[in-house]
Amino acid sequence: MKKRARRNQRHSQHHWREQLARMLSPRTFLQRHAQVALESLGRLYRNRVSSLMTAAVIAIALAMPAGLYLLLDNIGRLSGSWDGQASISVFLKNSVPAATAGSLAKRVREWPEVSTVQLITPEQALAEFSERAGFADVLNTLDENPLPGLLVVMPASDYTSPDAASMLRERFERLPETELAQLDLQWVQRLAAILEIMRRGILIISCLLALAVLLMIGNTIRLEIQNRREEILVTKLIGATNGFVRRPFLYCGIWYGVLGAVIAWLLVETGFLLLSEPVANLAGLYQSDFQLETLPLQLLGVMTGGGMCLGLLGSWLAVGRHLDAIEPT
Amino acid sequence: MIRFTNISKRYPGGYEALSNISFHMEKGAMAFLTGHSGAGKSTLLKLVALIERSTRGQLFLDGQNVSRISKRRIPYMRRKIGFIFQEHHLLFDRTVFDNVALPLIIAGYRYQDIGRRVRAALDKLGLLSKERLYPITLSGGEQQRVGIARAVVNKPMLLLADEPTGNLDPELSREIMSLFSLFNDVGVSVLIASHDIPLIQELDYPVLSLEHGRLATPAGTVS
Repeated sequence: MKKRARRNQRHSQHHWREQLARMLSPRTFLQRHAQVALESLGRLYRNRVSSLMTAAVIAIALAMPAGLYLLLDNIGRLSGSWDGQASISVFLKNSVPAATAGSLAKRVREWPEVSTVQLITPEQALAEFSERAGFADVLNTLDENPLPGLLVVMPASDYTSPDAASMLRERFERLPETELAQLDLQWVQRLAAILEIMRRGILIISCLLALAVLLMIGNTIRLEIQNRREEILVTKLIGATNGFVRRPFLYCGIWYGVLGAVIAWLLVETGFLLLSEPVANLAGLYQSDFQLETLPLQLLGVMTGGGMCLGLLGSWLAVGRHLDAIEPT
Repeated sequence: MIRFTNISKRYPGGYEALSNISFHMEKGAMAFLTGHSGAGKSTLLKLVALIERSTRGQLFLDGQNVSRISKRRIPYMRRKIGFIFQEHHLLFDRTVFDNVALPLIIAGYRYQDIGRRVRAALDKLGLLSKERLYPITLSGGEQQRVGIARAVVNKPMLLLADEPTGNLDPELSREIMSLFSLFNDVGVSVLIASHDIPLIQELDYPVLSLEHGRLATPAGTVS
């Protein structure tokens, strides 16, 4: 009897060491995670209709803010060429001859406050106008060119602030050749303010929708936990740690998030594809080659990452609330 | 292996399921636990399985005092024990192989080792040809044997069985009991709760008899 006891003792020590080595092996660790991840994915696939429906709801909630952000980003890019850089339009008096205008432009270019000066002569302005649909006929009825010469001045980088730019505008106004100097800043500022409001609005919507995704994933995982109650009890009874029991549900949440994000990405890209033609048409009417841009891969990366985090967080919340309560009795 | 010293278990509400139980079951021993329903058999097993905690007394498992074991360490302790239930608690959404593999997956065995060990356990219980089947397609006796395979696949030091033959006919019961003897022969400690007195009397193992939460047999050592 003693012999057997001693043998068992050895057996137990060996057992213990073996177990420690197993737990510390990184390969086993990764293998285990990969296995759980695949198993969770397989479970989703087996209930593909309901999984897809859940993922689709998540996708819509993710696609909304993503699409709006992208739209805003494009509007921002459209106004980006003026981005904070107010130009000053200096209209010259009609009496100023072309040569004087040319030398004025040259002189002004030397000012430290000035970055670039573009001279648009009355002839150039007229030519530009006539190119536009509808204007040629009107201009033909006029005896003489009514358009003034124009200097388009971009302030140097140190003088782009509203105060400095308006001081520069005043300096131009004081020139004897100037009829009117206009600072094209206000509308840029207004647009920027509007964009800022929209950005905030989208941020609020995004937060609400992210919360909705969180709750949705949380609820789905909660139901899943209820469905697998028996399995949880059995695995706990044969030595599963809470971590082990938690893992498949966390992966399930991650998969929902990722799946939702990919579908959302498809929705956004499709939406922008449908919009791109009419937008290009509209831009064409404004003589612009503006095009909607979505940076598909970057967007996919960001959305998948976001979906993953939301999925993990949502399932974590559900698991924390419901899993630990299931103990064998 | 199992040492109870003055253990009492009182459930909320005042019902005392076990009072002042003391016994010691040595490593490598096999014993039966008998008593009428309500005598406290299940409670005793639940204490050993760390499902319930005693209200008084000390419980030692494998030389370790587990009366106040932290929740964190319970899973690791349970891995040293193989459980066999009356309703075998198999998972019906996975195959026999996957059911038996579960303790190994939980303990973090490598994939290659899992296959080897599961097949060895199934082979021992004559279930090798059924590994791909789902438990629902098996007979009651086969299901019980799958449950046993799952309990022993991890080479536990202690087997706990709660009415393992409760739903089986006498011949199958005898077969199951002889399986337990086989495991005991290779050094596994076995504690079986059963009220199948005729069968127990056929087998020559010590019996712990519970009556109204007390040990009817004198407290002592089971070896």
